[in-house]
Parts: sequence; C-alpha cells; structure tokens
Amino acid sequence: MNFHSIWVVYRKELREWLRDRRTLISTVVVPLLIFPVLISGMISMSSVLIGQAQKQIPKVMIIGGEDSPDVVAALRANKELEVVPYADNWKKQISEKEIRAALEIPKGFQASLENGPAETIQIDYYLGEIKSEFGAEHVESSLKSYRDDVIKKRLAASNLPATLVSPFETKKNNVAPPEKVGGASIGSFIGYIVIILSMTGAMYPAIDLTAGEKERGTMETILSSPVSRLDLVLGKFLLVFSASLTTAILSVTSMGISFAYMGRTITTNSGNHLDMNLGLASVIAVFLMGLPLSILFSAALMTIALFAKTYKEAQSYLTPMTFLVVIPAVAAVMPGVELTPKLALIPILNTSLICKEIITGTYHWNSIILIFASTCVYAVVALFIAIKMFQRESVLFRS
Amino acid sequence: MIEARALSKSFQDKKRGIIRAVENVTFTCRPGQIYGLLGANGAGKTTTLRMLATILEPTSGTAVLCGYDVVEHPEKVRANVGFLSTATALYPRLTAQEMVEYFGRLNGLDEPTLKKRIDEIFTRLDMNNFRDRRCDKLSTGMKQKTSIARTLVHNPPVMIFDEPTTGLDVMTARTIIGFIADCRDQGKTIIFSTHIMSEVDRLCDHVGIIHGGQLREEGTVAELRAKYAEHNLEEIIVKVVGPHLANSEV
Repeated sequence: MNFHSIWVVYRKELREWLRDRRTLISTVVVPLLIFPVLISGMISMSSVLIGQAQKQIPKVMIIGGEDSPDVVAALRANKELEVVPYADNWKKQISEKEIRAALEIPKGFQASLENGPAETIQIDYYLGEIKSEFGAEHVESSLKSYRDDVIKKRLAASNLPATLVSPFETKKNNVAPPEKVGGASIGSFIGYIVIILSMTGAMYPAIDLTAGEKERGTMETILSSPVSRLDLVLGKFLLVFSASLTTAILSVTSMGISFAYMGRTITTNSGNHLDMNLGLASVIAVFLMGLPLSILFSAALMTIALFAKTYKEAQSYLTPMTFLVVIPAVAAVMPGVELTPKLALIPILNTSLICKEIITGTYHWNSIILIFASTCVYAVVALFIAIKMFQRESVLFRS
Repeated sequence: MIEARALSKSFQDKKRGIIRAVENVTFTCRPGQIYGLLGANGAGKTTTLRMLATILEPTSGTAVLCGYDVVEHPEKVRANVGFLSTATALYPRLTAQEMVEYFGRLNGLDEPTLKKRIDEIFTRLDMNNFRDRRCDKLSTGMKQKTSIARTLVHNPPVMIFDEPTTGLDVMTARTIIGFIADCRDQGKTIIFSTHIMSEVDRLCDHVGIIHGGQLREEGTVAELRAKYAEHNLEEIIVKVVGPHLANSEV
C-alpha cells in the first residue's frame, strides 16, 4: 500500500467530484434542504389540519332523547357543538363526513337519572378521521360536564360537600428532559432519514467512479498507470466514503438546526409545544453510529456498480439496493420494534434502532458497542470484497 | 526492450466456453525499433498489448519489459511504459494540464520535475493554448495531444500503441505518427498495432502478423516482401492468414 498514490487518486477524484453537479446535488443540496422542507411541511400540515379541525364547530346529531329534554338542552346550549336535526341516514352522514359524530340517548334516560339504573349514551364517530375524532371528544366532554352538574345538584340537595365525590384532584406534569420528549416523537424518523441519505450520498459517486469510468473509457487509462489496484480502489473508496460522510454530516447538522429553530412550533395532541432541541451529544452519537454504516454503503455500492458496464446499468443494479436499505430502516420506525440482541446483528436495522434510542437520550452501552462492532465487521468485509473485485479482470473488463 | 515469452491468455465465456485469445506469442522488440503488430479485428492484438501493459495478466507465459517481468512486477513495468489506445480516454472534468499532472504524480514525479516536464511537453506538442481547458471541451486533436502528453510525462523507455489513429482525421493521425517516429528517434522501444498499412510502411522496422491468437509470421518488412514475393502489405497479410482461415473462422 502506497499512501502517496492513494492520496493522489483521492485528490483527483475529489476535484472531479466537486465539478460534478449531479453528484453534488445528491450529496450536498438534498441533505441540506430535506429537513427544513420536511419540518416546515409537518408544521404547516399540523397547523392546517389540526388547527382547522379544532377551530370548526363540529356538527353532531342527537338520536332519541325525546323523553330526556334536560340533556338535549344541555347539549344544545353548548356553544362548541352544532346540533343538527335528526336524519335516518346518520351513519352515512358520518362516513361521508357531513356530520362529525352522533350520540344515541336511550329511551327513558332522564327518568333513569332519577331512579337508576345508570344508562349509557353511545357516541358514534369515524375512527381515524381526525375531525370526527375531535367532534366525538367535544360531545364526550360536553356530556361529562352535564354529568358533573347532575352530581353537584344531587350533592347540594342532600347538603353534602362537592368533595364527597372528588376527594382529591389529579394533575399531569412532564418530568422527562426536553430532548427525551422531542426524541420520543421524532427519534425513529431521524435515524431513518440519516441512513437513507448517507446511502444516496454514496450512490452517485460510487457509480461515477466505477461504471462511469468504464463507460467513459478512462478505466483502461488509469489501469495503465503504475498505481496499484489496491491503492486505486482505496483512493476511490475514500472519495465515495467522503461523499457519504458529507451527506451524513450535512443531514445531521441540518436536522439539528431545523429541529432547534422550527421544531418548537410543533404541537402535540395534548396541545403542548415540543422542545425539539436534540442536544449536541445525541447528534454526535448518531453521527458516530452512522460512520461504519457509511463505510459499508460506500464499499458495497462500489462493488455492485463495478459489475456494470455503463452508468445506466449500474443505476438499474443499485435501485433495488435502495429497497434493501429502506425496508430495515423503515422496520425500525414501526411502533413496538425494540432493540434485541438478535436485531442488534442485522445491519442497517440495528443502527436505525440504536439511533432511535440515542435520540431519546438512552445509552445502552452494550448494544451500542455490539452494533458499532458488528457494523464495522460488515464494513471491513464489504471493503475487502470491493478490493478483490477491483483485481478481477472478468469484472473490470466484463463484455 | 520488450521480450514476449510464450504469452497466452484465455477467457471463460458462458456460451462459448474457454476462448484462447492469445496463444504462445513470442517476439522481441529492441530499443530504437518499432514493432508493428498486424492482424484482423479479434486476432489477439489488443489482448497481447494489454498483457504487455499489465492491464491483463497472462494465463501462461510472460513478458519482460526493461528487465521487469509483467507477472512479478506489474507496477514497475507500468512505470516504464507509456500506453496509448483509442480506449484510453481522458477524464472529462479535469483540464488538460490536470490530466497530465495526475499521471505524472502517479508515476512518482516530484512537483518541480513535474512542472518542468509539463512545460517541455506542452510546448513541444503546442498545447499551451488549451492547457487550462477541461478535457470534455477539447477537440479530438487536442484530446489526442493530451493523451500523448499523458503517456510521455514520465519519459518511459517503452511505448505501446494500440490502434492509436483509428477514427482520427488526417491531421491528428499525422501528429500521432510523427510523435511515434520521434519516440523511436529518442531510442525508445515501441510496439504498435494498426490496420493502416501506410503507417506500417512508414514506421515499422519489424512486423508480426497475428491471427487466431497466434503469431503466424514475423520479420522485417523487407524480409516479408521477399518471402511472399509481394510488395503490398495487405496482400502479404492475406497470404499469411489465408491457410488458417478455415480452422479459425466460425
């Protein structure tokens, strides 16, 4: 191995890479823009959809209740509900989003309030439809406040204190640090994006430096120079790795800044603001865990692209590879998928899972070491295969 | 000095099985001489030249260039060889000067020597007006000059040319031919393949006629003309190759 030759090859590849707009877009522009765009998209989506759903007064329908005028009057008096006249096709109206919810008051409801037994009012809504869910929540809270009024009146009539039925109050208070709160919501998503971007950042340089060279006819030119094939492949690999790393660094930086400045405006379902400041330690840790994965991607993509004779052929080989990366990365985002010793050995999935934990501020050192070491082993194997492939004439001169 | 010793190369093909591209090719080319390797397309010329340039490894046999064995010391062989073919393209996003500098550095030239050498070559080949232009913006002639400068930058004692004028216009081809003649006058050992017989007439001291991967005939141009009683080199090739056509043509 000759470090001078590797450096000369690397420097030349870097110079060419910096002059190639196509690869610069995938390596620099995309990672810088993706987080601000995604977050502003999330913010506008949440403010538009949730805000609209919350602001609009839900239309609800009362089914029955002719013999229970008090509860109907209480519902009609609620300014946050618009009670529409009864229609037989109320189920269809909910499904077609014409009304948001309906409530079925059983016969003799008011009478049973006096004499028991307790009856049930059923609230009908459209599960998964956010406006209908909000409408059902409004109806439920309206009924609860009516129930509280009934209880208060009964207690007052019996000269009993209100504290008889509520001897104490409860109050929820978040004690988790802000990065854990933010991380729990976005942790899995961040690992996924960083992994995907470090692969796409490596993809175009990997093609350009292998199949691209073959197609342009420069492969034979460089093979006729005294540089050894080992030095040549290492110089090229370092460039692909640099591209992947640049993408990872830019995406992590862009992610950190975007969440710090824009994430605060994201609100949770309970109406609280999320503090998305991830903390420098988390950002650095995610980056470090991504390092061996970047090596793995760079070496694997170069090896596969080297088999192709043209740029297009290499693209058709590498496109299915994207799915191989996306599937484990997405699997880690699924709710309930947690890190186990077996999963810690599956490349990509393991890094994605550990990033999820790291961002919530949880550091399981045994898992971190196992994942880092196993990904390093995969990376070294991939690099070894890439070196071997560069020494095979049947691959370099495939016709 | 080039000594090819029973050079052989086989390839494995899924449909056709083992293909013997070159078989037992032996010849010698001395300093100050130009050896012309002639033959039809697919005869084995490019494979032979690629083995000499250590781009391909021989299946059996070997070659010695400037005292270095192509199998044992391929990197040392390459450091003593300038290889130019129609398949050796330029890096499109580098300038002509950067292209030549790159190969100078890979050949271990230090920066002051490299600068001096580039100035010499660029002046000799009249390249100074496009030295900072990117290779993808160069004309065919400029590209070919840049390729020549690339092969010359480390002043190698052996030059290998694989059909260097194929597809070039008359003026560019003349530049290349003049350059090859210059190399011979400087005492370099030169081997080149071509389909253009006027180039052979003008340049070659020795020729080897290759067909079906085997060297079928060898000698000086005068010797071959006398042996086959034929002045036209094309006719000589046909006479040499003719008896073997039935065996090799599919």
